[in-house]
Amino acid sequence: MVELLSSRLRTLRSLAWPLVAIGLLLAFNAIFTPGFFALEVRDGRIYGVLIDILNHGSRTALVALGMTIVIATGGVDLSVGAVAAIAGAVTASLTVSMHAPWPVAIAAALASGLVCGLWNGIFVAVFRLQPIVATLVLMVAGRGVAQLITDGSIITFQSAQITSIGNGSLLGLPVPVSLLAIIAVCLGLSLRRTSLGLFIESVGDNDAAARLAGISDRAVKMLVYMVCGLLASMAGVIECSYIKAADANNAGNLLELDAILAVVIGGTALKGGRFALAGTIVGALMMQTLTKTLYMQNISADIAPAFKAAAVILVCLLQSPVFQRRLQSLRGGRAAP
Amino acid sequence: MKSLPRWWLSPLSATFALLLALLAFGAASYPNFASVAVVRNLLVDNAFLSVAAIGATFVILSGGIDLSVSSVMAFTSILVATLIETWHLHPLLAFIIALAIGVLFGFAQGKLITNFDLPPFMVTLAGMFFMRGAAFAVHPQSLGIAHPFVAATLNESLSVRLPMGANGTVVPVTVVLLGALLAVAWSVLRHLRFGRSIYAIGDDPAAAALMGLPVQSIRTRVYAISGGFSALSGIFFTLYQQSGDPASCKGLELDVIAAVIIGGTLLRGGVGSVVGSFAGVLILGLIQTLISFQGNLSSWWTRIVAAGLVLLFLMLHRAVGRLTHPALPQSGGTRVRPARS
Repeated sequence: MVELLSSRLRTLRSLAWPLVAIGLLLAFNAIFTPGFFALEVRDGRIYGVLIDILNHGSRTALVALGMTIVIATGGVDLSVGAVAAIAGAVTASLTVSMHAPWPVAIAAALASGLVCGLWNGIFVAVFRLQPIVATLVLMVAGRGVAQLITDGSIITFQSAQITSIGNGSLLGLPVPVSLLAIIAVCLGLSLRRTSLGLFIESVGDNDAAARLAGISDRAVKMLVYMVCGLLASMAGVIECSYIKAADANNAGNLLELDAILAVVIGGTALKGGRFALAGTIVGALMMQTLTKTLYMQNISADIAPAFKAAAVILVCLLQSPVFQRRLQSLRGGRAAP
Repeated sequence: MKSLPRWWLSPLSATFALLLALLAFGAASYPNFASVAVVRNLLVDNAFLSVAAIGATFVILSGGIDLSVSSVMAFTSILVATLIETWHLHPLLAFIIALAIGVLFGFAQGKLITNFDLPPFMVTLAGMFFMRGAAFAVHPQSLGIAHPFVAATLNESLSVRLPMGANGTVVPVTVVLLGALLAVAWSVLRHLRFGRSIYAIGDDPAAAALMGLPVQSIRTRVYAISGGFSALSGIFFTLYQQSGDPASCKGLELDVIAAVIIGGTLLRGGVGSVVGSFAGVLILGLIQTLISFQGNLSSWWTRIVAAGLVLLFLMLHRAVGRLTHPALPQSGGTRVRPARS
C-alpha cells in the first residue's frame, strides 16, 4: 500500500515539471502573443491556437507513446520519421495511382508501419544489433524507400474520407485528438492491467535477468518495435491526410527528436525500465507548445530545431543523476561548509 | 586488448575483398570503368566523406557514436561561405574559425556525455538538430564563394598534375591533404599513448580505468577530435562545391557510420582502423559510381544499398566475434550496456 502510494506520488512529481513548463510557455504567450487563447466554434468544431497545439501535439504524442515502450525496453527507435514518410507515401500512391478505396490505402499504410517495426525488431531482438544503429539504418534508408514509392515527387490526392482524418472532427475535437485519446486508453489498459507493462519494464531493467525469469525478451522487444512502427505509420497517415499530399522528403521531419524529447520530459529514463505513458503525453503537448511558441515569435521552421535541441539537453541534464547529485552537494556544501 | 588471432578472419579482410570485388565487377561490366579518371573522381568526390570518417573512427573505436557529423559539416560550409562573402574575411581565417567552433562543439558534446553520464546518441542527436538549426540561423540559403583564394589558389594552383591518362590528371589539394591526414590519424592511433588508450577504453572502459587511464578526459577529447574532423570535412565539402549550404549533407551521418562499420571497425569499440574506414568510404563511393554507370537506377538506391551493407557487416562482425572468441558472452547489448548507454 505504501509502495503504491509512493509510486503514485513519484508519477505526480515527475509530471509536475513538464506541467510547470507548459504553464510558463502559456503565460509567456498570454503576454506576448495576442489572440493565443482565442477559441471559436465553426461547423460544430472548435478552432484556435490551443486546439491547434492539441491537434498537432497528438500526432507527436502518438509516436511518443510507441517510443516510450521502446525506450522502456532499453532501446530507441530513430526511424519513426522515415516510417511516417513511408506510410504517407503508401497512402497517397495507392489512392492516386491504384485508385484503391480509402480503407485499403490506410490499411496498407498501417501494414507498412508494422513491417518497418518488424524489420527493426528482427535486427534488435534476433540479431541483437545496437538499437541506435539498427534503427538509424531505417531512418536514412526509409526516406529512400519513401522516395522510391512516390517516385521522388510530392503526390497530392483528393479523397474526402482520407482528408477527414487530419481535418475532420470526432466528438467535437479534431480526429487526431480523439484518436490519441482512444489509443492512449487502449495502450494504458493493455500495459497496466495485464502483466505486459511489467514484462517491458523488466526487460528494460535487465534483459538477461528477465530472460532467466522466463520472460521472452525477444518477443517483448519485437512487440514494442512493431507497436512503435504502427503508431508512427498512424502519425504518417494523419500528417499526409492533413496536408492532402505525401512529401517523402519532409513528412515526419524531426519526428524522432520530438518523440524522444516527449518521452524524456515525461519522466521515462533513457536507460530503460520504468515508463510513464501519461508523462509522455504531457511531454508531447509541452513540445508542441514550445514549437508553436517559437513559430508565433517568427522563428523559422529551419531554426526551431536548435531551440528544441537545447531543450532536450537541458531536460536530460536536469534528469541526470550526476547533475542532481552535484546540485545537492552544492546545496549541502552551502549549508554545512 | 583484443587482437584477432587469425588475420583472415579479421573484418578488415572482408572490407578489402569487397572493395576488390566491386572494382573487378565494375571493370568487367563497363568498358570505361577501369580508367584513371574514374579512380581520380572516386577520390575527389569522396575526400570530404573520408575526412569525416576518420573522426567518426576515433569516436566509434572509443565505444561512442557521433550523429552530429552531417550538421556540423553543413554548419561549417555555410559559416565559411558567410565569413568569406559577407564578412570579407580571408578564407584561411574563416577556416580557422570554423575549425575552432567544430572542436569546441565536439568538446562540449564530450563534456556532456562524460561529465553527466548522458547517452552519446542522445547528446549527439540533439547536437545534430542544434547545428542544423544554427546553420540556418547563420544564413538561410546556399551561398556561392567567389573569393579568388578559394577559386584560383586552393582549387587550381595548388592542385597536383600527374602525367597519367589521356590529358594528364589533376588531383586537387584536398586529396593530397586527405592522404596526410590519414597518415597522421593512423600513426596517432597506432603509436601514441593517446591512440592506444582509445582502443583500451573502447574494449573495456572499466578495465581501462583500473589500468589508470584517464577515461573521462580521453573520451571527451575523442568527441572534440570528431567535431574537428567534421568541421574539416565541412571545409573540404565547401571547397568541393565552392559554396556553402545550410541544407546540405543531410543523412551523411549514416554514410560516415556505414563507412566506418564496413571498414571493419566494431561498433562496440576497441577494434578497427582509419585505413579500413577509408576503404569503407571507397566502397560506398564505388557503389554510387556503379549505380550511375548503370544509368537507370534512382540515386536513392545508393542509400538503401549502403544501409543493407551496414546490416550485413554488423552481422559479419558478430559472426567473426563468435568464431574468434567463443567463450565470450554474445548477448550483444547486455554486456556492453552498463558502460555505454
